[in-house]
Amino acid sequence: MTLDAKVPSGQIQDKWDKARFDLKLVNPANKRKFKIIVVGSGLAGGSAAATLGELGYHVQCFCYQDSPRRAHSIAAQGGINAAKNYQNDGDSVWRLFYDTVKGGDFRSREANVYRLAQVSVNIIDQCVAQGVPFAREYGGLLDNRSFGGAQVSRTFYARGQTGQQLQLGAYQALARQIDAGQVEMFPRTEMLDLVVEDGRARGIVTRDMVTGEIASYSADAVVLATGGYSNVFFLSTNAKGCNATAIWRAHRRGAYFANPCYTQIHPTCIPQHGDYQSKLTLMSESLRNDGRIWVPRSVSEERAANDIPEAERDYYLERRYPAFGNLVPRDIASRAAKAVCDEGRGVGHGGRGVYLDFADAIGRLGKGAIEAKYGNLFEMYERITGEDPYTVPMRIYPAPHYTMGGLWVDYNLMSTIEGLYVIGEANFSDHGANRLGASALMQGLADGYFVLPYTIGDYLSKHMGEGPLPTGHAAFQAVETEVADRVQSLLSADGSRTVDSFHRELGALCWDACGMSRTAEGLAAAIDQIRELKGRYLKEVKVLGGNEQVNQSLEKAGRVLDYFELAELMCRDALMREESCGTHFREEYQTPEGEARRDDEKFTFVGAWEYGGPDTEPNLHRESLEFQNVPPSQRSYK
Amino acid sequence: MRLKLQIWRQENGEAGGQFVTYELADASPEMSFLEMLDVLNEQLTERGEEPVAFEHDCREGICGSCGMMINGQAHGPMAGTATCQLHMRHFQDGDEIRIEPWRSAAFPVLKDLVVDRAPLDRIIESGGYISVNTGSARDANEILVPKPAADRAMDAAECIGCGACVAQCPNGAGQLFTSAKISHLGLLPQGQPERDRRVKRMVETMEDYFGSCSNYRECEAVCPKGISIDFIARMNRDYVKALIRGE
Ligand SMILES: Cc1cc2nc3c(=O)[nH]c(=O)nc-3n(C[C@H](O)[C@H](O)[C@H](O)COP(=O)(O)OP(=O)(O)OC[C@H]3O[C@@H](n4cnc5c(N)ncnc54)[C@H](O)[C@@H]3O)c2cc1C
Ligand code: FES
Repeated sequence: MTLDAKVPSGQIQDKWDKARFDLKLVNPANKRKFKIIVVGSGLAGGSAAATLGELGYHVQCFCYQDSPRRAHSIAAQGGINAAKNYQNDGDSVWRLFYDTVKGGDFRSREANVYRLAQVSVNIIDQCVAQGVPFAREYGGLLDNRSFGGAQVSRTFYARGQTGQQLQLGAYQALARQIDAGQVEMFPRTEMLDLVVEDGRARGIVTRDMVTGEIASYSADAVVLATGGYSNVFFLSTNAKGCNATAIWRAHRRGAYFANPCYTQIHPTCIPQHGDYQSKLTLMSESLRNDGRIWVPRSVSEERAANDIPEAERDYYLERRYPAFGNLVPRDIASRAAKAVCDEGRGVGHGGRGVYLDFADAIGRLGKGAIEAKYGNLFEMYERITGEDPYTVPMRIYPAPHYTMGGLWVDYNLMSTIEGLYVIGEANFSDHGANRLGASALMQGLADGYFVLPYTIGDYLSKHMGEGPLPTGHAAFQAVETEVADRVQSLLSADGSRTVDSFHRELGALCWDACGMSRTAEGLAAAIDQIRELKGRYLKEVKVLGGNEQVNQSLEKAGRVLDYFELAELMCRDALMREESCGTHFREEYQTPEGEARRDDEKFTFVGAWEYGGPDTEPNLHRESLEFQNVPPSQRSYK
Repeated sequence: MRLKLQIWRQENGEAGGQFVTYELADASPEMSFLEMLDVLNEQLTERGEEPVAFEHDCREGICGSCGMMINGQAHGPMAGTATCQLHMRHFQDGDEIRIEPWRSAAFPVLKDLVVDRAPLDRIIESGGYISVNTGSARDANEILVPKPAADRAMDAAECIGCGACVAQCPNGAGQLFTSAKISHLGLLPQGQPERDRRVKRMVETMEDYFGSCSNYRECEAVCPKGISIDFIARMNRDYVKALIRGE
């Protein structure tokens, strides 16, 4: 199968208009004849389900939490980008497009990114109309802040809880459609497999997380909006329940998985403090607007932060990247932190931390101003560490945070399975090899509010009058049996080790071999180790309790089983990509200054993997990328 | 730290439940409360006993999934702190800790510490939104929102929907949760057209599920986001006005 991205012809500015004109429409009276499944109720799924419901489609929406409001999008802190140029500081759709392509280190699809920048402005309008309480200036206008990788202020925010407020906006729009009878909501229902018949997505098989019932749902199209897979590392900033099961099962059924090795390590997280640790907490990147990052100059420094005189501190980002300073993109900030810690200049537990210091900003603006901007983040920090960041510099360290990789989709957000759409963090589309801050919320809402609701009609219109496959069809029955068998095999494993203990081991393996820096040798070894660990998992794990009850160990056990396979693919992809780009840093390919060295000749493509089978290697397909509007250059933030 | 934990165990909604006592020898002050329970669950599993079910997701105090009564107090002893953000440094070596699910008729227990909070969603579905279809909005800066109003709306909008307010209330009232959403939307210019209809429908749905408010103020005291009961007074005023205006 050759990958056709279906990018419309014409100038980049006109492509989306052209697509909207060319895509077939479903007339309003016919929309109610179509049923669409949306898995996920985060920014992407929630906004899509609500919008599709408003348009008149019959929607069924699923999430694993007890309420759609709790999707992981709720935890986003810092903000959402949009090319509004409200600050009159030189922003434009073109600049947001340019920044995103460059920030992605020339590994994203130009046409998608341009569209994202175009619709960014509509998102803010929509959210404000819904009542999202964005920060305001005294005149009543919207306020903005800056984020990494940009020299303009284009980030809209609601205190440190932007994701929460956008999520609640989408959830409320969804609630309105639930009330109107357009959307049926299935909380505490986990999708465990996809049903494909005749090459088309026909529905899903789920497990009811209270009763254990395995059931089939059938529809005219299926949309996956199930988020990212950073939890493959065990320790990450993602919510504990975030998982790759939906996309991994779809991958096994024929959806190609693109760029799995592009995983973002966020530079500003609270460092790990113990072995029992269950997750890492992000400190919003917006803190880098006012905080200064430093480590001691000397390896043997033993004094407390505040006792180290100015001359003996190394503000290494300001020194290495004078133009962007503390606001360099995430991949660069993370690697720089790792580098100083590898030199032995790290601070705190295990020497794995750097200071993020607000003393100057407090001196300049006053404590009140800092509190108004970041109060809740400072509180969160103090609650976790027991230290007061107003008086002692914060300690931070990079942590897995976001996955640019995901299921491959064309310009219309359809995967390689007909009728299976993938939106939000779950797809690979817009961020290339590195995502800029405040762009994930933008992408999730762009996909859900403004892109998918148009493009899905094109597919549906071709199947007018056919109707969904009955759930009694052999295709559904076969998948239900497979799902039930899998559940049973996990419950009957006769070992003595907990699921978490395996997950931790897998996470540590991935972090060492496929984390912030990677080598051919390490990756090859990791692939063998992951396989070996997976073999032991099925023998040595213990999952107590039965299926017909709330069983959190069982839920985790299934997710971890999928993580083993995904982790292996991540390593394969990283091994294949013999270059460094964005977050993917291969030690063999770096400039003398230690910056990433791309190989545009050989690797200007999206690596999309086709599932081979349980014991067969996957097949690589390449979608070559063309840069006609932003010519590739060595990224420089100096 | 050595702890003695008394934890409510209940197989499912139909079964009866009881407290079971567990000794935990190796908690540490840096752990979060949920990490302490993780450690217990690892030990239980290794011993062949079913782990304790409890709800959690973000572990950052924002998704509202977590919540349990800790020594009789929703989310435990620290003000303004959700269970997942509570750390063991606030307990002493040798402490006895009693852990129960939210206790409220509106929130039936599903298993151990996990309850069903669906009525909170029903309240939002009955009007906790602004009716604006995607694509029909005008330019964001055409709507001016005075900063104090935006800030006040945000104070209300910070509610995480955990249900602690209901769990702590002797009457099991849902006023704090409901009034937070009504106030968030009612304080903004965008929320005005539906203001009367919203308050009326939401209050009525609330009354279908939850007990009535007798001003015990315990909800405010345990709210992890410090939502103020002033919003309840505001909701009551709005409700009366809506009735007078005949919505
Ligand atoms: C701590 C933190 C802070 C962040 N801050 C920012 C920020 O400031 N700005 C920014 O732009 N981005 C930020 N991000 C990134 C951003 O929040 C996410 O990329 C984005 O919210 C993902 O949205 P989504 O809708 O794709 O997925 P999610 O919000 O993760 O939603 C996934 C949905 O899928 C459901 N689901 C998953 N698997 C299944 C299954 N098998 N069956 C049924 N349902 C399932 C879940 O229940 C959920 O409803 C942050 C991320 C983190 C972790
Ligand atoms: S787990 Fe999300 S608020 Fe506690």
